[in-house]
Amino acid sequence: MASVFYQLCHRYLFIRTCGFLITFHKTRVYQRTTQVAQSSIPSSGRSNANYWLVARSWRLPARQYTSSGDKVQPADEENAPKHLLPFDKQSQQIAQPSLQDCELPAKHPLENITEDEAVQINAEPPLPACSNTLKHYVEQSETLRQLVLLGVDLSKLEQRPNVGNMLIRLDFEKDIKEKLLFLKEVGVPENQLGPFLTKNPFILTENLEDVQIRVSYLKSKKFTNTAIARIISKAPYLLNFNVERIDNRLGFYQKELGLSKQKTMNLVTRLPRLLTGSLEPVKENLKVYEIEFGFHKNEIQHIISTVPKVLTANKKKITAIFDYVHNTMGVPHHMICKFPQVLNCKLLRIKERHLFLKYLGRAQYDPNLPNYVSLDRLASLTDEVFCREIALATVKDFEIFQKTL
Amino acid sequence: MRRAYRELQGLFAAYKPAGVHWKRVRDTIETRLIQDLRSLDRPSQPERVRFLLGSGEGQDPSELTLTATNVPVLAEHPLVKGPPFPHLKVGVGAHLDLPSSGVLILGVGSGNQLLQRLKSQHLSKEYIVQGVFGKATDDFSDTGRLVEKTTFDHVTLCSLEKVIAMIGGTHQKALLMYAGIDLHSQEAYEQAVAGLLRPSHKTTPLITGIRCVHFDPPHFTLEVQSLNETQQYLRKLVHEIGLELRSSAVCVQVRRTCDGPFTQQDALLHSHWDLDKVRAAVAEAGPRVWAALHHGRDVQSGERREPVRVTNTGQQKVHTTGDDKGPSPEHLP
Repeated sequence: MASVFYQLCHRYLFIRTCGFLITFHKTRVYQRTTQVAQSSIPSSGRSNANYWLVARSWRLPARQYTSSGDKVQPADEENAPKHLLPFDKQSQQIAQPSLQDCELPAKHPLENITEDEAVQINAEPPLPACSNTLKHYVEQSETLRQLVLLGVDLSKLEQRPNVGNMLIRLDFEKDIKEKLLFLKEVGVPENQLGPFLTKNPFILTENLEDVQIRVSYLKSKKFTNTAIARIISKAPYLLNFNVERIDNRLGFYQKELGLSKQKTMNLVTRLPRLLTGSLEPVKENLKVYEIEFGFHKNEIQHIISTVPKVLTANKKKITAIFDYVHNTMGVPHHMICKFPQVLNCKLLRIKERHLFLKYLGRAQYDPNLPNYVSLDRLASLTDEVFCREIALATVKDFEIFQKTL
Repeated sequence: MRRAYRELQGLFAAYKPAGVHWKRVRDTIETRLIQDLRSLDRPSQPERVRFLLGSGEGQDPSELTLTATNVPVLAEHPLVKGPPFPHLKVGVGAHLDLPSSGVLILGVGSGNQLLQRLKSQHLSKEYIVQGVFGKATDDFSDTGRLVEKTTFDHVTLCSLEKVIAMIGGTHQKALLMYAGIDLHSQEAYEQAVAGLLRPSHKTTPLITGIRCVHFDPPHFTLEVQSLNETQQYLRKLVHEIGLELRSSAVCVQVRRTCDGPFTQQDALLHSHWDLDKVRAAVAEAGPRVWAALHHGRDVQSGERREPVRVTNTGQQKVHTTGDDKGPSPEHLP
């Protein structure tokens, strides 16, 4: 029974082989194998050994999967990690003789085999030679399995170009382990390693020495260890930037904002994505604050050191909020500068609350007059607290009012 | 998780704030629902039986046995397969444009089919339209470019109501024309009295009812019931009322208070757009939606059956009543 199953299995494999040969005859390796296959098909008898050779030599390049569905690359058998073989070790043992020793007649598909041999055959369907998801390879690939257990989101990574190919070529022991140990040493928390690699899988292909140089650069700039850990875990791409680029960016913030060295470091530690993000929107926002809103240089510095996020916020959104707060609510510049959180809040929320207070006759934003409502409290409180403490009304009233807007 | 998803299927109403595009409303609701659904506990990871090789205890090591073990399927791991609910099918009923606010019907999952059926019922929507006399702009709203300024001292509530009645009358006539039924029939009369006259197909904007609810010159507020309208059409209506009164007017606010079976009270505010509230709203709205759809079917089937019965039994009677009272709704203004 088992032997019959074995035969069926290999027949199936052969059919699959031919199918794939037709599909992927573009690459060099496959062209060679197709020639062999064509020449061997008409003959009979001993040429069945050739058949086996074809099937096996085809299966070796099949290790080079593509995850993005593009052209399968020619086989590079030295670099291909062994555990990526679509066969388990047991099945390899059977396949070995026919591979290594071509003179020996290989087993005929119809030949009887012993029960022991039959038991060891792993009769799984072969892996697809090319696929647009990593799902098919997870069970077989040790690297991918370890990454999943680490918490790396493969479903996100496989959507990015070339990442799937890169991951499947890596060897966990050789390439990944030391990077992970290094990241842990730098201070990335263990549960953050998975999300870190999900964001920046290219750290795995980076040279370890380069990465070490970049971290030592940060250390030389007198960043504390906790600051470095925070910067690296919040801005994963920083370790892929070369030292000049990091230096340029630190210099940019120091120069453009006119901050001292210590303040720049604090700013970067609070919002590390400033270092890896694009500088254009930051430049644009600074111009908007200066020219369009009319803030002074020192006011901008104060706003940025309180809420760094306004540097990367959407220009349109900030302009709309400033326009509403300044022109409609009549709050002067120095008050906005005092409570910059309001620029970080939602326009809809400010609008609704302001109109509600106005309706109740409590919209009073001048600190010198009684019943003063601070912008900070207006913007940051929850609905319940806002209604109870500022509007002195019930949440139900507020909801009814919102439905008349 | 599956149960929550099943309970979501249906229609509910959201309150669209002014200044937010309806697509943003839809997308926000979709992302919040998906987030909440994903945070619920998911079904356990599937396992499969694999026969692993291993030498049995106390036996010859060369002799191999297969042992059946349950192995979790790694390909089904959430990190490999991707999170559940990559997207949710959320559809929007009658649209509201950017500056207008109010009740916006949304359908989740199979609720989208109900949305289509509801649309084919041609149920009327109710709006509150606020206008200001004294100026005219190029886009009929108060934020547009100013075209002219006029006086409005001569406008009184009486003259405004005269114009409104005239508009209501012309639209009533158009509605009777589009309704596609014989004017001189009992059935037309009954439907007109019950206010159930509806166009049978897509028509130009029709106003089925209009009245002034608040008049404090230069401000005035209208309550409009209409079919197949756009919000821009209502703004233009305000503009035309202004011109008709030898003045000019711009529209300050267009707010939809009622859309078919959904009223303002049922609409969810943007702070309530989460799974629990939406689930409750869908469950609560279910019977009303069915009633609205069912009612429409009754009227439609009545339309088909009624003439047959009329010809068989009381043709004489119907004609007399139709002649006597049939045209009366037309002369309402």
